[in-house]
Amino acid sequence: MASAEQSKPRLLTGKLSKAGMLSFLSAQGILIFFLLSMFVFSFFSEQFLSQSNIMTVVRQASIIGIIAVGVTVVIIGGNLDLSVGSMLSFSTVLVVDLHDKIGPTNAILLMFVLTLMIGAVNGFLIGFLRLNSLIVTLAMLSAIQGFVLIYSGGQNVDIADQQGTWFAFFGRGYVGGIAVPILMFGLLAIVMQVVMSYTGYGRRIFAVGGNPMAAVYSGIRKNWCVFSTYLISAFCVACAALVLGSRVMGSQNNVGQGYELLVLAGIILGGTSLLGGAGSIWKTVIGVLILGFIQNGLLLMGYPYYIQWIVTWVIIILAVWLDLANKRKRLFTTHS
Amino acid sequence: MNAPNQSRQPIDAAPILELKGITKRFPGVVALNNVDFDVRPGEVHALLGENGAGKSTLMKVLAGKHQANEGKITLGGEEMAFENPKHAKRAGVVLIHQEQSLVPEMTVAENIFLGSLPRKPFNRVDWRKLREDTNKILETLKCGFQHDDLVGSLSIAKKQMVEIGRALAFTPRVVVFDEPTASLTDHEKPVLYDVINSLCEQGVGIVYISHRMDEIFHLSHRISVLRDGEYTGTVNTADTNEDEITRMMIGRSLELDHASKPSDFGNNLLEVRNLSVKRVFENVSFNVRKGEIVGMYGLVGAGRSEVAETIFGLRTPSAGEVILDGEVVNFRSAHDAVASGVALVPEDRKDQGLILGMNCRDNMTLASLSSVSSMGFMTSSKEREVYDKYHQAMKIKTPSWRQKVGNLSGGNQQKIVIGKWLHTHPKLLILDEPTRGIDVGSKSEIHTLVKDLAKSGYAVLVISSEMPEVLGLSNRIIAMYDGRVTAEFDGDNVSEDELVQAITGMGRQAQAS
Amino acid sequence: MSFIKGFFRGRTSIQPIWVFVIALFIFFSFMSEYFLSFGNITNILVQTSTIGLVALGMTFVMINGNIDLSVGAILGLAASLAVGLQEVSMTLAILAALGSGILLGALNGFVVWKTGVNAFIVTLGAMLGVRGLIFLYTDEQSFFAMNFAFADFGTSTIGPFPVLAIIFLACALIMHLVLTRTGHGRNTFAVGGNPEASIDAGIRLGRHMMINFIIVGFFAALAGVLLASQMGAATPNLGRDYELWVITAVVLGGTKLTGGYGSIVGTLGGVLAIGILRNGMNLMQVPAFYVLVILGAILISVLIIDKKLNAPSAKEVRI
Repeated sequence: MASAEQSKPRLLTGKLSKAGMLSFLSAQGILIFFLLSMFVFSFFSEQFLSQSNIMTVVRQASIIGIIAVGVTVVIIGGNLDLSVGSMLSFSTVLVVDLHDKIGPTNAILLMFVLTLMIGAVNGFLIGFLRLNSLIVTLAMLSAIQGFVLIYSGGQNVDIADQQGTWFAFFGRGYVGGIAVPILMFGLLAIVMQVVMSYTGYGRRIFAVGGNPMAAVYSGIRKNWCVFSTYLISAFCVACAALVLGSRVMGSQNNVGQGYELLVLAGIILGGTSLLGGAGSIWKTVIGVLILGFIQNGLLLMGYPYYIQWIVTWVIIILAVWLDLANKRKRLFTTHS
Repeated sequence: MNAPNQSRQPIDAAPILELKGITKRFPGVVALNNVDFDVRPGEVHALLGENGAGKSTLMKVLAGKHQANEGKITLGGEEMAFENPKHAKRAGVVLIHQEQSLVPEMTVAENIFLGSLPRKPFNRVDWRKLREDTNKILETLKCGFQHDDLVGSLSIAKKQMVEIGRALAFTPRVVVFDEPTASLTDHEKPVLYDVINSLCEQGVGIVYISHRMDEIFHLSHRISVLRDGEYTGTVNTADTNEDEITRMMIGRSLELDHASKPSDFGNNLLEVRNLSVKRVFENVSFNVRKGEIVGMYGLVGAGRSEVAETIFGLRTPSAGEVILDGEVVNFRSAHDAVASGVALVPEDRKDQGLILGMNCRDNMTLASLSSVSSMGFMTSSKEREVYDKYHQAMKIKTPSWRQKVGNLSGGNQQKIVIGKWLHTHPKLLILDEPTRGIDVGSKSEIHTLVKDLAKSGYAVLVISSEMPEVLGLSNRIIAMYDGRVTAEFDGDNVSEDELVQAITGMGRQAQAS
Repeated sequence: MSFIKGFFRGRTSIQPIWVFVIALFIFFSFMSEYFLSFGNITNILVQTSTIGLVALGMTFVMINGNIDLSVGAILGLAASLAVGLQEVSMTLAILAALGSGILLGALNGFVVWKTGVNAFIVTLGAMLGVRGLIFLYTDEQSFFAMNFAFADFGTSTIGPFPVLAIIFLACALIMHLVLTRTGHGRNTFAVGGNPEASIDAGIRLGRHMMINFIIVGFFAALAGVLLASQMGAATPNLGRDYELWVITAVVLGGTKLTGGYGSIVGTLGGVLAIGILRNGMNLMQVPAFYVLVILGAILISVLIIDKKLNAPSAKEVRI
């Protein structure tokens, strides 16, 4: 009923200016906010906009960013992945611990294989057994953390020869003056953005997230699609573990604890809906960078690090609220 | 079917409810423009109009779900301004929804008194009063369920009865039925008609919205028509006929579907032998030839959609085989079926047919992505080509390919689903309730299209619970009842009685006795 | 047929987890001679009372169709307030602690209601933000209770029964009655089961959601106060990951994440299952790490069993 009415172009109505304004604010809101906060921070701190500071921020954000790229794909496919934090602990502990035992090349290969296997377990349970992704990945969060503790015997691990190993390249190296973590983040983001926007695979993931039933009725192999998103997520976690392990040259056995939520915060801030079927990698990149710059800006302004959590609380809700308000053309819900 | 032989004389009484000059604007559109409408006590007043004409909006204004920008509502002589549905309900105006508005995990009693459970001090629920009140209502409905049955376990028809029960709980003065029979089977409808008649006898005014002419002529005293949000007039049912109503609805005489049925058949394309799915259907056998339209007729729940889904690889058969183009096929998924040239236009457009949040073009190419991509990358020029082709061929009305399909009318949505499947170039096209809930114009366009497709060599299987549709389209008709094929008829040589008997199990009882 | 299915479905929310609880109980009784003693069983109740109290409130929120990820942080804040304000006044400290839970719950509920933002997102934000508030208030310091009455309360008993166990069971009984017998409880189910229909029926959806967030906020704060009294201290990281444990317990108890379905009896079973497992494995001297793995495995198996019970594969479309 209302459907046919809405199909008339908005230009025919007199209300363009106000609705247009709201939708402009909402579409560009996060960018406007980004620029505004950059301006404020640069006002308070001279260092903030310096090239080295910006590079530092992006580099620090790159671990969360790399994971967020994978989780965004999972979310577009209509699911959640809360297990990435534990998985990051697992992969980092594994690669660092194995580095001295079987050499960097083998350690990295084995770490990728095992991480992808965990992703495959997630994907099998959620894709093929069609279990609720929130609960499955919650259970996996707990189970993987348990595995890490069992594996490490509760001990932290580190690499003995921290100067001599080429493993340092991933966390500490530079290519053409740009830090390797930033390069990996950028490369993964670009590749996944292209995959999601321009390939049949990406289109299928959007379809599966938008309406799984209709996707199946269109001959799309939904189970495989969902399965594959968890492999992508696991692959991204493995990349992040490479960066983290190499940067620290050691690992606490719960190093990834809480990452799943920071990752989600970045994705939500970027504007990807948790409902699936919509969103983009670019949005996530911007969301993650905003989180990074807020953290850095507040620190430069002399606030303790936990103030960023309170600020994140407020802006996450504001960002999603603005988006919703634009869609329903009013600020508040109407029900009592 | 056509003659309004049972229509009734108008009731002469002062209206119990009057809407005058109702105007409702949504951001961007005027949904209702200066609409008048009234209902007399004891009368069934049918409200007609194509999809998007404003019927549902008018009723939502009446029931307090929307508030009108202009105009006034008078109930029993008093002017009313309903702020919300509860307010309207208290005043005696109840809307029985098109979409089920029940809570499946709660009991019948809790659903009937949803939002107004009887209370004792400390906000405790008064279960005894709830039970007694519910039983009183269930007695008048004479339906076979108890106050403590879980609503989720009831059939669709019984759920509808619960909704009606909810209306009765408020001693209604006006009851609005919005497409009440859309999900009812033919033998459940009389129960609904009885309830409506008994409400009329109690002096309740009934507003009846439906697409089905036969029902409207059977039930109503007067008919009002809306077109594009404007009121086009009211006529007495006894003094009018279908043609006049159709003209009022679409502003022109309907180009009825006069195309002839296909007549040139090739070899067997689909042969189904003793196909069974445990506890769903059993021993189903039939065949479809190239160039032929086979109708599958039966009640909702007879297992028709399930047969189609099994052929399409969505269900695992427990016995029997499907032979496609001379080869036994064993599809493990819809993906396999599509690859082998089977297409299914599903029953539920919104849940099974479309990704509502995607645009028209992307929905159109969804089942044939590999044909519009190279090396895995989408080719947007090819995609546009495909979209433009079916957009023109099927006369889809959209402002642009970028339009989200969720914003289209039912008819245009259905055309997109059909277009999506045509572009997979199938050998076998299965259409499950292809015209349910869409306007008359699109309906006849789709009927013509289906016949044209069959004439060009497609094998077509049409599942429908509308007798005129089955009779109008099919070369052969397969009747199903309770998970079995009960009879097969020649589409041009079958009486309505025979069909009804075959799908209600009467024939089988006769055989047994 | 439909009757049997309805009957069966009505039971499965409770049955599997209680079968499991009993099985665990029997298993550990054989495996450890200490397990089946009065002292150990009350001990299990005390150990689970923290998670259990929060789970009671979470059951309401989840039946309502929402989720609250901020309970761990609210618990931590309440604990810090209860210990930190003791030097001013004991009463004030307790009131401030419980009040903070109620206020934050109300804030969560109000934001979910008025803005329409998904509860997952709202409380995810609150989880970070409230933890920030704790650090801000405590300046990253742990507080130790100087008031001995407070520290004693957590370990005190009435007759042979520990006070914490009594409080937990009493609250469970009250919340069970509220959920099954009152208008608010029934409307909570209605809103979770079909929000649209509930609005049309005149149920004040927002108000019920807000009340439920206040309930879970209150219980998180109460659990925080009791936990602080048990430990005689509060650390700024107290309550971290509790939301995961609580949600695990509630889901084990059969409450559906989609809302409209669940029970306090089930949640009690879920809480006890976790408690018995931890306690029993501890008695068997299995390292605590294994509990995490086993818990994850159980949660997934419950999901699989639930799927098999509720959807006979023959009647289902293969999607």
